[in-house]
Amino acid sequence: MADRIAAAFAAARAQGCAALMPYMMGGFPDHETSLAIADAYADAGADLVELGIPYSDPLADGPVIHAAATRALAAGATLDSALTICERLASRVPVVAMTYANMALARGPERFARALADAGAAGAIVPDLPPEEGGDVAAALRAAGLALVPLVAPTTDPERRARLCAAAEGFVYLVSDTRTTGEREALPSGLADLVEATRAESPVPVAVGFGIGTPEQVAAVGAIADGVIVGSRLVRAVDEAGGRDAATAAVAGFIGEARQAIAAAGRAVQ
Amino acid sequence: MSVGTPAGAAAGAGAALGIEERFGPYGGRFVPEVLIAALDQLTSAWGEAREDVDFADELARLLGDFVGRPTPLYRAERLSERVGRRVYLKREDLAHTGAHKINNAVGQALLAKRMGKRRVIAETGAGQHGVAAATACALLGLECVVYMGTEDMRRQAPNVERMRLLGADVAPVEVGARTLKEAVSAAIRDWVTNVASAHYVIGSAVGPAPYPALVRDLQRVIGDEAREQALALEGALPGRVIACVGGGSNAIGTFTAFIGDPEVELIGVEAGGEGLDSGRHGASLVAGSTGVLHGALSAVLADEEGQILEAHSVSAGLDYPGVGPEHAYLRDTGRARYEAVPDAEALQAFRELTRLEGIIPALEPAHAIAWLLSEARSARDASAPGRGAEEGDGFDVLTLSGRGDKDLAEVVARLGDG
Ligand SMILES: Cc1ncc(COP(=O)(O)O)c(C=O)c1O
Repeated sequence: MADRIAAAFAAARAQGCAALMPYMMGGFPDHETSLAIADAYADAGADLVELGIPYSDPLADGPVIHAAATRALAAGATLDSALTICERLASRVPVVAMTYANMALARGPERFARALADAGAAGAIVPDLPPEEGGDVAAALRAAGLALVPLVAPTTDPERRARLCAAAEGFVYLVSDTRTTGEREALPSGLADLVEATRAESPVPVAVGFGIGTPEQVAAVGAIADGVIVGSRLVRAVDEAGGRDAATAAVAGFIGEARQAIAAAGRAVQ
Repeated sequence: MSVGTPAGAAAGAGAALGIEERFGPYGGRFVPEVLIAALDQLTSAWGEAREDVDFADELARLLGDFVGRPTPLYRAERLSERVGRRVYLKREDLAHTGAHKINNAVGQALLAKRMGKRRVIAETGAGQHGVAAATACALLGLECVVYMGTEDMRRQAPNVERMRLLGADVAPVEVGARTLKEAVSAAIRDWVTNVASAHYVIGSAVGPAPYPALVRDLQRVIGDEAREQALALEGALPGRVIACVGGGSNAIGTFTAFIGDPEVELIGVEAGGEGLDSGRHGASLVAGSTGVLHGALSAVLADEEGQILEAHSVSAGLDYPGVGPEHAYLRDTGRARYEAVPDAEALQAFRELTRLEGIIPALEPAHAIAWLLSEARSARDASAPGRGAEEGDGFDVLTLSGRGDKDLAEVVARLGDG
């Protein structure tokens, strides 16, 4: 299943662009709307989808995604209900599930990994589970054929970064700046160097996320990285739409624009 | 200055410096990658600082002349009579700013300065840690922002005023139950964003490594003093050492000096809220499960999916669904035991200590007093005729972690003023 990640990046690359990986919060604003949003992501041309599994205390997330998680939980979302969205998407695009360590530990690493695998997930991102803490979960995921995607931050020292990259499965999630998730006015200066350094060390593709929220930003990152992750911008669009049809139209519109921007920008790197 | 006592297996960067990252299976660093470098930096900074004579001298000077240490170990006569056993109160309520929190705040603010960080981030529940952090920052000329849930701002209004007077920026947190858990999360998010220029002065022995060890090292002065004072006053060690447990800093600070004395019973008292059966409490050690909160694996209140639950306590400082990892380890090994006391008993104990001793305790240590009182009642009930509890040997040391001025409005509202 982890192979699907590699295939998705390779397919984008073959078309001369970076892969577009939109993020959605499973179960936000409610389960039915969320299923429709998942379909819209696939229809609009997402190369992979990062599926947030709502958690009560998401330390790496800013206010928009945190509020979405809170609402999804209030609407009754659970790990299993979020994974039905994964199941629906996985027949069309590779899905990387994003959640927090406590959910994996509460279910138990093996059962957690099996649940993800049964739902067709290709990998998992657990931002509060650095490799020092993630042994059991990583092993269980690997045994189930899933990649545990490592995060690399601008503050990660070069020696540690090299280690994280060398051990990476699926792709490397490069956090663009030292903040929680959320939209920003501008991309951080120095991002190109950081992407270059990380790509040089990583045997797998490098996707950049956090703070990418306009087609221009998508294009700029797409030109230098292997993948572009857009989160808060899309979650906010769902929030502001206030209704299923408006929400699917809004996310499809943004993903379509982002796709075009990525294609037009092409790639400045090999 | 004394250094920490290792407990459990240590591994990783801190291990080389003798700073535990784990306590048995608990602790660790369950944090976003962005923070790893800052935690490494903090670990080495603390490793160096606690070996540095100049740092130790400066800290000792401030703890003496500014904080007012050592705090007395006070023999509470009328309370002793009531419970039929000699009880000594370790008077952290007499420390500057009125609670033990200042021991940690002054130490960490000094450390921030040493690391060249001019901005301090803190969170607060009862407001005592916020006031302590704001005070230490005023003292050392550091910028200070304190995150506080708006429910706690309501419950502990006098402390909000104090922090503002001290020049701190009090940042209201509107998320969730608007109490301590969300304040800690908001503080961590600020730290993630400003990690290069800011130091996060966490207020209890919780959080990712090295915080639980760092805060314990700075709070162990409570128990170190109490042990010496007890030996001087009684020529013996106490039979029981009792402290309330929110995040666990006054308790671990009290227990550490006695961990190596197996004859001394260590008892931590958590918030029983509206009763353990009600599900509305703050007793992570007594009635919680194992999980991750705020960067550490420990005892937490969570549902079966791992979603963190809201804690409930009349006392803002105990209103937290987690606890420091070393306590989870001490519980599992049996070295310490933990009990829960409901809101109603804590409120009664608040009034009882006030009238018996002329000491208005904070609602947090009122839980420890309440346990002592109820333990004495059940000992009396259970004892055979002719062998009253008053004949029991040994004596108790109970940490009175803070004074109750901050709680007056809340207590009067709940008890009436009679
Ligand atoms: C007076 C007092 N005691 C106890 C506590 C609980 O914290 P800890 O368990 O870290 O000592 C607080 C927290 O605000 C407090 O203000």
